[in-house]
Amino acid sequence: MTIEEYLYYIILPILAISVLLVFCRFVLGPSIADRVVALDLLITIGITIIAVYSIVYDQSTFLDIAMILGLIAFLSTVAFSYYLEKRNRKKREKKKKENNAE
Amino acid sequence: MLSDILIIILSSLGALFILLAAVGFVRMPDSYLRISVTTKAVTLGIGLLLASAAIYFNDLSVTSRVLAIILFIVLTSPVGAHLIARASYFAGNKMWEKSVMDELEGKYRPNSHKLSSGEDIEDVEKMKKEPDRESDLI
Repeated sequence: MTIEEYLYYIILPILAISVLLVFCRFVLGPSIADRVVALDLLITIGITIIAVYSIVYDQSTFLDIAMILGLIAFLSTVAFSYYLEKRNRKKREKKKKENNAE
Repeated sequence: MLSDILIIILSSLGALFILLAAVGFVRMPDSYLRISVTTKAVTLGIGLLLASAAIYFNDLSVTSRVLAIILFIVLTSPVGAHLIARASYFAGNKMWEKSVMDELEGKYRPNSHKLSSGEDIEDVEKMKKEPDRESDLI
């Protein structure tokens, strides 16, 4: 068994199973924070899948895309958490105004 | 030959850690535990798998690229996890009912998101007296 075969038949299925598990949580996830973390995790596991593919097909240029995906994952998490906090603040203000009117 | 064995060991460990993180992500009872479990395990898994890629290519440009990716992930994933956990705490996300304590309870102003340390007793007292000032609204 060569190293490419090992990676292709053992490592990639393990990663695929973990992607499926994370996707389950992405669909079920009770709160929005769970979904954001699941999205972040999906991208992060995608980086490792790209690394494995770059070994299997002997193409080191794939790693550039892995780097860019890492940047985008961080950006999306920061943006989502920023807007979540903003939304909470707006909701609370609205509630307060309603209470004052009563 | 030696490098093949190293690649097999590193990639197996990395895949195992990622699988464990995914299982923990599905099984953990509340979103804070989920965040804390996955961030660490996935960071380690990514590092090991990318290190196996660096050993396979055995090239300076690939190694530096891999090191850059690992450094970036190690720097950003705790920051992202902290940000999203903070946002979900302010959203009023419930903790697991068997959680022992909530150290943040009553120590922050809900509108300005300003935190006070528990050691500063005067600050905590002040916060209890006037929990939510109008001037803090942004």
